[in-house]
Amino acid sequence: MMHLLSREPEVLNLGLASFADDIISAGATAHQLNWHPPANGDAAAGWQLAKLMGDDRVTEANKIAFDRYLSAQPRLVDVALASDVIDDMATTRLILHAGPPIAFADMCGPMRGAITGAILYEGWAASEEEALALADSGEIRFAPCHHYGAVGPMAGVISPSSPLWQVENVTSGNRAYSNFNEGLGKVLRFGANGPEVIERLRWMRDELFPAMRGAVRHIGGIDLKPIMAQALLMGDEIHNRNAAATGLLFKQLVPALLATDLPTGQVQRSIDFIAGNDHFFLNLSMAASKAMLDAATGVPGSSMVTVMARNGINFGIRLSGTGDQWFQAPANPIDGLFFPGYGIDDAAPDLGDSAITETAGVGGFAMAAAPAIVQFVGGTPADATAHSRRMRTITLGTNPVFSLPALDFAGSAAGIDALAVLDSGTLPVINSGIAHRKAGVGQIGAGITSAPQACFAEAVAALAENLTND
Amino acid sequence: MTVSEHRVYPNLYKDSVALMAITAAVTKLEGIEEASVVMATEANRANLRRVGLADDSSAGPNDLLVVVRGAEEARTQALDLAEELLTKERSGSEEGAAEEAPPVSLKAAASRYGDSTLALISVPGQYAAAEALKALELGLDVMMFSDNVPVDQEIALKRYADDRGLLVMGPDCGTAIVGGVPLGFANAVRRGSIGIVGASGTGTQEVATRIHHLGAGVSHALGTGGHDLSAEVGAISMLRAMRGLEEDEATDVIVLVSKPPAPSVAARVLDMARSLSTPVVAVFVGPKDAGIDTSGIVMADTLAGAADLAVAVAAGKDPVQIAESSLPVALRAEALTRTPSQKYLRGVFSGGTFCYETQSLCQQGGVVAASNTPVAGNKMATDLWHSEGHTILDMGDDVFTQGRPHPMIDPTLRNERITAELGDPETAVLVFDVVIGYGASADPVSSLIDVLETGRRAAAAAGRTVSLIAHVCGTELDSQDRSAVVERLRDAGVYVADSNAEAAHWALATLNSQTPSGANS
Repeated sequence: MMHLLSREPEVLNLGLASFADDIISAGATAHQLNWHPPANGDAAAGWQLAKLMGDDRVTEANKIAFDRYLSAQPRLVDVALASDVIDDMATTRLILHAGPPIAFADMCGPMRGAITGAILYEGWAASEEEALALADSGEIRFAPCHHYGAVGPMAGVISPSSPLWQVENVTSGNRAYSNFNEGLGKVLRFGANGPEVIERLRWMRDELFPAMRGAVRHIGGIDLKPIMAQALLMGDEIHNRNAAATGLLFKQLVPALLATDLPTGQVQRSIDFIAGNDHFFLNLSMAASKAMLDAATGVPGSSMVTVMARNGINFGIRLSGTGDQWFQAPANPIDGLFFPGYGIDDAAPDLGDSAITETAGVGGFAMAAAPAIVQFVGGTPADATAHSRRMRTITLGTNPVFSLPALDFAGSAAGIDALAVLDSGTLPVINSGIAHRKAGVGQIGAGITSAPQACFAEAVAALAENLTND
Repeated sequence: MTVSEHRVYPNLYKDSVALMAITAAVTKLEGIEEASVVMATEANRANLRRVGLADDSSAGPNDLLVVVRGAEEARTQALDLAEELLTKERSGSEEGAAEEAPPVSLKAAASRYGDSTLALISVPGQYAAAEALKALELGLDVMMFSDNVPVDQEIALKRYADDRGLLVMGPDCGTAIVGGVPLGFANAVRRGSIGIVGASGTGTQEVATRIHHLGAGVSHALGTGGHDLSAEVGAISMLRAMRGLEEDEATDVIVLVSKPPAPSVAARVLDMARSLSTPVVAVFVGPKDAGIDTSGIVMADTLAGAADLAVAVAAGKDPVQIAESSLPVALRAEALTRTPSQKYLRGVFSGGTFCYETQSLCQQGGVVAASNTPVAGNKMATDLWHSEGHTILDMGDDVFTQGRPHPMIDPTLRNERITAELGDPETAVLVFDVVIGYGASADPVSSLIDVLETGRRAAAAAGRTVSLIAHVCGTELDSQDRSAVVERLRDAGVYVADSNAEAAHWALATLNSQTPSGANS
């Protein structure tokens, strides 16, 4: 029996709305779509996209990639200095930065400022001028954090003496790294590099790093997914709001710190530092996200997005099925709120690896979880819920571990499907801090932005080419 | 003696309230004495020991632990239930779903409206095929109203659909009625036992409404789009639709409606028709092609005839076409009042197939006309905007609709042409159609009647009477109500025929009664 004739049709109507009205007035069911041309109106790309959407190889690959993401169990296993775990840092002067690759000369102000600060912190130069000259000289190699399994918020600068969280996906053994969070105000990740910034970094290396290493080793590792899951129920979206997650981590760290034989003063200062920084968990959230997504990389044919990252000039993404290839487009501006005295003209373009949290299904994707933050990043709780719901139209599924109370405890949308992004024109929503365009000023606001569509179009074209060549 | 059994879910965090709810559900099961679903913290494990639910697992504070005690079968049932509740996908769309914005893609719509069966696509042609392919991939049948779809994409879509038992109606499919539901331009017709497969939209409407007027009904009317019977496409959709109707219990007779296909395609279609157990009536509107073997098929000469034959076959009677009624006496009398300059027949149609059928029937009657869509043997109009000699136009053709709505939706351009024809001293007879129903103008007659009356007054002032002959495609169930439309046209002095074919015969007859010799330029 032909499918069409076996029951009264229920119609999805694309185009003339009057056709849907007629069907409804005839007593049947029709749903009108708010349709826009896919692939930004490029008909040839749209046809290719439609073919990929029905390609069994893609469907199968996406299932594998998404399952690997879902089954990943990120665990904080140790703390180390960057040069101890990133081999290239032991042999060359290498500094990592956020986002896709970019030459020093082309970097935005905050990133240049952060790199200048990192050079001073490493002691490779004695003054800011010397540091800039050294960075310009070509004697230092710059590379994206993502090229080394690492992620860093905002400028994302990691230099050889940066302490790193080491997060392992215990399901398959892949590791991800992130630096320590320095708190708010004048901090390196926003491009500040004055003496107090460098002094804090050195304290973090000399006191906080051994304290954290001692605590983590004492505990024997901390599972991060349960903390993230619980924090979502407590009002964090674990990107721009980490108060609950930091508290949950703190509860584990403090007793462990007290159980180490570190000097009381060092323990006290470490505890004070963490207690004074609601964003302390952010870098762990990012490393955990990176570990979950790295598990999903390298599945040929998969259109799942495994990286979204910005270098302050360009936004870059990677797909599981196209491996290490970056697909870039100019970063979108941020729609946000500014601290007193600042405005959009002061803002640097979207910056940082922290969009890895959105890529992993939290942050902007879990905005419904964070009613306390929605005014800062996107209006009313209803808007936030709508964002979280809308994201489900561009993902391969939902992550039942990251459940959102406002969505009847449904899982957060996860596993961005580049095909669905291009098809629907719905762009991944990203919660973001806003850096001042000038180096050294720091954070001037926070808001909401989206990934640019052009990089998804490029990525899908490359995926199609890979499949054709197979 | 009952024992306890457990399952551990490592690294799965759930809120304690959620876990209490699951514990309660599991404990209620018959045969379960005690159950607990908790995070395996030391405190929780102490509680478990206290109630005799101690387990030997190494679960830790981040692991979720389910322990049940009871009869063996009940334990398995309870552990399975706990797992189901723990891993249940929540839709998250129940609350506030009404505020959800309309879906922006087929994929999103199909996941929101899981019972959907068909996509109706009227987006610009360059995007239509991609949407159709996505719909097919989602398991939906497709009707493509859109035109200008590349033929290679049409073939790809139809092959893809055919492999999966799905149907692609179109591209350029204007009309379908599926299970009583009108799609695109369609009429409200009685449901019954006659299935239609039409490569022509207005042709399908004419057959369906005529079946209704004759007291019978339509099971389904499936469109294929006009390109389906081309040699390249090879009638993939028509063949698929015929097979579908053959299997459909509600369908006792199948009517095929098309312009004459290429002989190779006609052979394939008619071979399939002969192989079916359901009787098939076919009409190939237009000049007969002697190269087509129609043996074993009930062939109709006209759209109306196809309906007549199908109704007869469905009723188990001999297939006979109802004869056209003779020319109304008043129309014959009117013809005798014409001035010598009034020599020509003018046809102004909104339905392409009506234009085509009228040309064909007039040609058989000796009237060779010019047209923007000439049938074989007729000629292309030299100036589309000014009629010369006998001229029969399809105002719905692309040359007239570029950047404008179809005349069935907005009759402005068609009405302007009628004014021009009435003002032409050479016009003897004006024949036209009025198509009503779903998709058509809500009031197709008011402006038309104004135009007719103004035009006739002007002609009368110049001493001329132009004979007006029309046919209304639709039913009294359509919102515009065919009988009301017919009545208004008659009041305005229009001779309204029962079918397009009858209107053509009247036009010919009245032309011939002016010139009994039959010398039609």
